Amino acid sequence: MESVSSPLRCFGECHTAEKYTDDGVETVTSVEQRKVERSIQEVVSVYKQIHSLPHTTAVFATMTEPTLLRDQHYQYLKKGLRHLSDAYECLDASRPWLCYWILHSLELLEEPVPTAIASDVCKFLAQCQSPTGGFAGGPCQAAHLAPTYAAVNALCIIGTQEAYNIIDREKLLSFLFSVKQPDGSFVMHIGGEVDVRSTYCAASVASLTNIMTPTLFQDTPTWIVSCQNWEGGLGGVPGLEAHGGYTFCGMAALVILGKEHMLDLKSLLRWVASRQMRYEGGFQGRCNKLVDGCYSFWQAGLLPLLHRALFKGGDSTLSLQKWMFEQQALQEYILLCCQNPAGGLLDKPGKSRDFYHTCYCLSGLSVAQHFGNMDLHHELIVGREENRLAPSHPVYNICPEKVAQAIQHFHQLPVPVPAQKEVSSACNTTADHS
Amino acid sequence: MRGGARKGSKKSPKLIMKTRSVICFTALPSLSPSRLCSYKRDRKEWADLEPVPQDDGPNPVVKIAYSDKFTDVYDYFRALLKNDEKSDRAFTLTAEAIELNAANYTVWHYRRVLLQALEKDLREEMRYITAIIEDQPKNYQVWHHRRMVVEWLNDPSEELEFIAEILSQDAKNYHAWQHRQWVLKEYKLWDSELEYVEQLLEEDVRNNSAWNQRHYVISHTTGYSDPSILNREVQYSLKQIKKAPHNESVWNYLKGILQDRGLSSHPGLLEQILELKETHCSPYLLGFLVDIYEDSLENTSGDQVEVLSKALELCELLAQERDTIRREYWSYVGRSLQTKYCSGDPSTTSSAPETDRGSASVSVHQETTCNS
Repeated sequence: MESVSSPLRCFGECHTAEKYTDDGVETVTSVEQRKVERSIQEVVSVYKQIHSLPHTTAVFATMTEPTLLRDQHYQYLKKGLRHLSDAYECLDASRPWLCYWILHSLELLEEPVPTAIASDVCKFLAQCQSPTGGFAGGPCQAAHLAPTYAAVNALCIIGTQEAYNIIDREKLLSFLFSVKQPDGSFVMHIGGEVDVRSTYCAASVASLTNIMTPTLFQDTPTWIVSCQNWEGGLGGVPGLEAHGGYTFCGMAALVILGKEHMLDLKSLLRWVASRQMRYEGGFQGRCNKLVDGCYSFWQAGLLPLLHRALFKGGDSTLSLQKWMFEQQALQEYILLCCQNPAGGLLDKPGKSRDFYHTCYCLSGLSVAQHFGNMDLHHELIVGREENRLAPSHPVYNICPEKVAQAIQHFHQLPVPVPAQKEVSSACNTTADHS
Repeated sequence: MRGGARKGSKKSPKLIMKTRSVICFTALPSLSPSRLCSYKRDRKEWADLEPVPQDDGPNPVVKIAYSDKFTDVYDYFRALLKNDEKSDRAFTLTAEAIELNAANYTVWHYRRVLLQALEKDLREEMRYITAIIEDQPKNYQVWHHRRMVVEWLNDPSEELEFIAEILSQDAKNYHAWQHRQWVLKEYKLWDSELEYVEQLLEEDVRNNSAWNQRHYVISHTTGYSDPSILNREVQYSLKQIKKAPHNESVWNYLKGILQDRGLSSHPGLLEQILELKETHCSPYLLGFLVDIYEDSLENTSGDQVEVLSKALELCELLAQERDTIRREYWSYVGRSLQTKYCSGDPSTTSSAPETDRGSASVSVHQETTCNS
């Protein structure tokens, strides 16, 4: 295990040279980028001042290293799991997401969820389950693949029999068939939109709960691959700009389906490696856009997937210690720039905290700290050892033990027999004119 | 999927409620202070319907502290849904529910059901959805709804102008671009799009969405096979590179349009790039050279020792000095090239057979020439 107590990359003399070069041609893009760099520079220089204070007291000594504000984040998460202000009305159709974001953050922090709360989460998610299968954003709402993904993940994190038993697997399978399209894609909900997120949500829940049938993902890999564009990344649907969130969803779905080699992995690797910001250290979601803490997971999380795919393909030149991104720089960005002192994490300095960013900044921090898998593991912790988070599964983004446990449980059960054997007959009913 | 407090540009429901309460108070001073707003529960038009409170279960989690207004509207929405009521009051309520949470896809779906069942005026719905999108342009449901209405009307005539208006406020709005690409393809409205893209690139040559749109338009119209088109695009790209050499988008575009034909096969390109290296150098230019050299190694037979050596030198330069944030990546690229094209380095062993596309022929090449 490698612990980096100093020096920080962002304190290095070469760091300022990494600032954006606008070639004397100012555009909206370059102006916005430079604003962000200035704010990062401000954060770093404040940190530097603290760092260079004489270590005369124990308090200052512990402040010289980047510190994950564990207690503050824990209090923020613990509260949110029960109560949210009316500012969260906009997420009233995403409450299983709130469960997942918070529970996953807690498991990364290695904070146990009290048994009573875990059971309450189970009962609440049961209220979110649709009578026709799948989970909705809240009680009495329509089933939707995104809260379905979140609910299944949250239940797997809880990992009790009660949690597993909430999922109606037969109905879940029929829900997946009901949103499947003839071209291999999935709509997010009946009467809803298509994009590559849906394939990840579907593949994730189907594989975890053991309801994959031979036809469920027919033509899906081909459709996902058609989302890879001239940039090397994937867009939301074929033709769109390459984007970190969609690229992660597409790649992870293909990994689940065992078809990751259908992608041009080399150009995907080039694209994602190029998304790390040379000055900020964090990742942008698209070329020439701004850094955002959540891409610490969506983008950086692609590298473990690519590493594994390339390794499976016979590549012998892969590193045995590091992912193909700057792990230290990402950790510094998250720890110095993405923490709210009162708890919770965020996009970039100046933005508000929220549970989505808390989940994905912490997930990204975990990716940056842990290389390898159970057999070969190399850690790189920036700051104190206490900053160490639990490792996360690169495909499902819940802890690997929970993935294994869920798969083990559900594989004891038979795959449900779909009511509709042929996808094509199911698809016409989802054609969106209702 | 994104979470958190509402973004600044959207009207806060609290502000709406406050405004209404002022109006209500002055209009009906006899109402008690706690019931200043015209809640459904107070209105006789809703008296026949029993509101359905949300059932979170016994000990709720992630419990949102809804405003009274929110609770009221959604209690009645749930009641309508439960009864499958298809009425004008239901239609009006969906607008209120949407205003309180435009991401509630269940409400949007129900509104669409009502639009059809009640045979509502779709032109008016277009006006409605136009206003909503202006207010909340980063929401999935609003754009999907607009698409449905356009499809039902089979009328895309307002779309390109409307989307351009949204893009004028945020030139990279992903939903806007998605909708635009759908409109162009579905209704074959390609004629002016390249011109529009050029206008956007004039305004911001770093707009990667615009570069993507350029690729989209050309791919769906002339294609890149025609050498005069390809050359036009290469010249256009080089022109933009000279103006702003550190613009990653244009370098990616140049590579993107040439890679299928092979970067090293485009005549004179290497020379042009080497010339640019003197005055317009950037990490992107150096990376592009690596790509040209790699393509040359892949597709040219005969002695490539010089090319390999140059490629490795560039990877080293990028990793150690010019693009250090990607040090691990460039080191990997160097190692891969070295292994694949065998520099004669005794520490190199031939790699295991690769199954990636395009590399099967290379591993055979390697085995026959690198007997170290």
